[in-house]
Formats: sequence, structure tokens, C-alpha cells
Amino acid sequence: MNLENINWLQQIANAVWLGGVYSLFALGYSLVFSVLGVLNLAHSALFMWGAMIGLWFVLQSGLSVWLSIPLAMVGSAILSVALERIAFAPLRKRNAPRISQLISSIGASIFLVSVAQLVFGTQPQRFPMGSIPTDMIAGLPFRITPIQVIILVVALALVTALNLMITRTKTGQAMRVVAFNEKTASLLGINVGRVFLITFALAGALAGAAGVLYGLAYNSMTPFIGEQVALKGLTVIVLGGMGSIQGAVVGGFAVAALEVFSITLGGSTYRDAIVFALLFVVLLVRPQGLVGQKSVTRA
Amino acid sequence: MDIFRSIGISPIVFQFMLVNAILGLSIYLTLYTGMFSLANAGFMGIGAYTGVILTQNYDQSLLVALLVGMLLAGLVAIPIGLPVLRLRDIYLAIATIGFGEVVRILILNFDAIAGTITGERVRLTRGALGISGIPVMTQMWHLLLFLFVIGYLIVRLSRSRFGRSMAAIRQDEQAASNMGINVVLTKNMVFIMSAMLAGAAGVFNAHLVRTITPNGYGFNQAVDILAFAVLGGTTTFLGSIVGGLALTALPEMLRVAEQFRGVINGLILMLVIVYLPGGLVDPVLWRRVFRRRPPDKPTLPESG
Repeated sequence: MNLENINWLQQIANAVWLGGVYSLFALGYSLVFSVLGVLNLAHSALFMWGAMIGLWFVLQSGLSVWLSIPLAMVGSAILSVALERIAFAPLRKRNAPRISQLISSIGASIFLVSVAQLVFGTQPQRFPMGSIPTDMIAGLPFRITPIQVIILVVALALVTALNLMITRTKTGQAMRVVAFNEKTASLLGINVGRVFLITFALAGALAGAAGVLYGLAYNSMTPFIGEQVALKGLTVIVLGGMGSIQGAVVGGFAVAALEVFSITLGGSTYRDAIVFALLFVVLLVRPQGLVGQKSVTRA
Repeated sequence: MDIFRSIGISPIVFQFMLVNAILGLSIYLTLYTGMFSLANAGFMGIGAYTGVILTQNYDQSLLVALLVGMLLAGLVAIPIGLPVLRLRDIYLAIATIGFGEVVRILILNFDAIAGTITGERVRLTRGALGISGIPVMTQMWHLLLFLFVIGYLIVRLSRSRFGRSMAAIRQDEQAASNMGINVVLTKNMVFIMSAMLAGAAGVFNAHLVRTITPNGYGFNQAVDILAFAVLGGTTTFLGSIVGGLALTALPEMLRVAEQFRGVINGLILMLVIVYLPGGLVDPVLWRRVFRRRPPDKPTLPESG
């Protein structure tokens, strides 16, 4: 392979916008894990539903694709709250082991994906022609479309907003207390149930946004797009440190970069193998993740 | 047999039910020891591909394929289990999901990798299209005999010192270790046995389905196997057998269209874990159903 011919700036640009999407997706995963200590494997189903809801609004009512982003966020947030009520709350009340909640979230994920297949069909669907700007931005040393820039901007804006919310607001403070210790939180008069609902709503909204953005970027949506990112999202949060918000962002960009550069250097065949091998190695060597603290100080 | 056929269970469906019962036992062993491993689908894939390559490319008998498939799955389990089994619950689950994906991708690209190494064109796993036209070699009596022998061995095992170590580790790993149980050895032995059972199921399954593809051994298959144990429960080894049989027979009996299977499977998984934490085969549950008095003991804590 001739390394001279690779446009490195192009690869970096690709890694950066893809990293935005991955971070956004992993953020919700991480948020739920840090506050509740459970791994919500139905998160990827919410991501897919976000993309589908956004697409549905654009196709049915001719909305602009930009308006579909907040609508998808609302839709996924509602689904996420319902998920919390049905699949997680009963187990939590019974004090069931964390693994039970993981299993129940797998069930929820299968259910949501199958329902999406019944509702939307399994054929790839697209946003209508002309609804997404596709012209390259001129005058740059690499090729990038406006949509990729917008994806990155939206992703970074949401990440920043979430970070501000967690560090600066009363609700964010309550979330951090619950993450630290649920019992202490309720002794301090925090409505723990409400915090759980808010956490799930936020996680759902983030997943929905990530879903639409992913859909806009690739413009080919099936009920299976969640599966493409589900396991990558796991790698992201493991790499970043389970339950760490900053870690999810760092991990998102790291996994995207790894993916983009392994395609450039070794071909697409080994891309996924490298990502999962990394997942494996990080768990064994550095379970607290790259930006890891000990698990007591999650979120 | 006609009665079974009339409710949708043809002999071939029954054979798949038995294969899945073996898979149920495979995950039962790890869950019983308190290890939440989702690696079974990967080991099943290793067994399936090894078996099929032996019977198709090297003209071996199914018995040889079965033994080598089990052996290879067990051998792979050693280097995987030693580091990975140090992890617990969610972390173990994630790591084994990662292992499963790596196995799937390696099978997918095996020909390319082997081709690069040997410098010759290799056609063994045949990439994403998989191997098709596999003759049906698995007979009903193979499965019944295998299941019977394994069931007997597991009963013997659970009454042995080793089996009690397994239960002790599930209940409290630290305490088990303090009692002088070699936790690392026990966990790894169980992991290897589980992998060998999954490998055997893979060999049997591959010689029933006619076509195997790498994607058949991915995360979805791992979840299906998990569902057997969840539905049946892991209180006794019968649970995962019942779970495997029931979850395979149910879609056939309900004669539901393919697209509704996911809806039903997802609902079952969710409802069972929420409302029947001990699964279907849970002595405490049945005692409560048949005698109208409160159970003596609270429902058993689940493994994991």
C-alpha cells in the first residue's frame, strides 16, 4: 500500500463527524449506566426508532429534515420512558440482580426491532431526494458535505448541553447523587423515581438524535441499523470507562478514528474485528476505561 | 407422532428442539456457576464450521466431526476463559459478546486470512455466503442419546464435590474461595464444558440446517440461547432443556408468520424475567401453584 496517496486530512474529517454520531449514541448508554448501574441493550433500538420516526415525519408530512431531529428526540424519549416503566422498574423494585435488567432490556430490544419491522418493513428507506444537501463544501483540502458538518455541530451542541445540565443544574446534581448512591439520595429527599425517568428520557432523546443524524449521513434506513451501532456503542463506553460522560465522548471519537483508519490501512474486512478485539483487550487490561476513575465516582 | 405433527411438530422440528436443549444445557452450566457468559453462540459456530469442514472436505464421519468440533471449541475456551472469567456480571457479558463477534468475523474472513498466510487460494468457510448443500447427517437417535448421556453426566456432576463447588461459587465467590474451593479452576473447567456442549450442538445443528453462515452465530444466536435458560430457569438442569424445547416448538405450534417471531420472543424474554424470575421449571413456583399456601422459602435468587 502506498501511504503517500492517502489524504490524511480527509480521513481525519471522516473520523471526526462519525465520532460525533458515536459519541452521541454512547452518551445515552453511559448516562443510564452511570445513574442506574444497568446496561440498557435496548438503547440501539431507541436509536433505530429515532431514525425511523424522523423519516416517517419527513415522508408523511413533508417536514424539513431539520425539524425531524427534535421530533425524533421526543419520540425516542417517550419510548425510553415507557421502557423504563415496563422493563426496568418492576425488576428494580424487586431488587433483582443487574443481569436480570440486562436480559429484560435484550427482550425489549428484540421486541422494539420486530415491531419496527412490522410497521416500517425491512426494505431500506431513504429521505426524499433533495431534502438533504449533498454538495461538497468548496475550498477545503478534503471533501465534506454540509450534512456532515451539521451532524458534528448538532452532536457537539447536545453533548455540551448535557454536560452543562449534569454539572450546573439542580436536576443534574440530583442525578449525580443518585448515581453515587441511591439510598443516600432518597434520604436527602431526592425523588429517585423522577430522576430515573429523567435519565431515561434524556438517554432516549440522545439516542433518537443520534439515530436521525446517522440516518441523514448514510441515508439508508432499515430496522436493523441499531444492530450496526449497538455493539460499537458498547466498545465506546467500555473504552471510555463505563458510566463516564466524558469517557463516552472520548471513546466515541477514538472508536470512529480506529474504524476509519483501519479501513484506510487494512481494508474494511478487519474493521469490525479490530473494534471488538479492542473491546476485549480494554476490558481485560483497563476495565475502568481510558479516562477512568474508579466506579464509585460515576457521572 | 401424528399428534405431534398435527400441532406443528414434525420430526425435523423435534430434532431442532433437541439441539436447542443441548444449547440450553450449555448455558445452564455457566449460569449455574454464576457466570453470565454470552460466548455460547461463538463456540457453537466453531463447532459447526469444524464439523462441516471435516464431513464435507475431508470425508469424515459425523462422530469424528462431533468429537473434533467439541475438542476444538473446548481448546479455544481455555485461552479465552483464563483472562475473561476474572470479569463479573455485566463486564463478563460484554467481553463474551466481544468474543462472539470476533469469532463471527474471523469465520467470515477465514479464507482470506488463510489465503494470505499460505499464499494459496483457500476455500473452507466461504465467507458471508457460508457453506450450503450440507447433507442431513444428524439422526434423531444421535440427539436423544447425546442428550441422555449429557443429562446423566450433569446429574452426576451436580451431586459431586465439583458440582457443589459450582453452586458455592454462584452463591458467593469470596466465601467459596475462603472455603478452599479453587475458584479459577472450577470456573474455567465449567467454561470449557459449556463450550464443548455448544460446539456439539453446532455440529448437530449444521448437519440439520443444510446451510451455515457466519451471521448465524452472532449476537442474535447468543440471545436465543440465553432465552432458553431464562424461560426454563436455571434452578435445575431440566429448566434449560424445557426452555430450549419450548422456545423452539412454540413458534411452530402457534404457526406464526416469521415476522411475528421476534415480537413473541422479545415479549417472552421480558415477561418471564419480570414475572417469573425462576423460569418455568422452578420448584418454588410450582409448589406455590399446587399448594395454596405461601412458599417456605422466598424465590431463589437468580444466578449472575
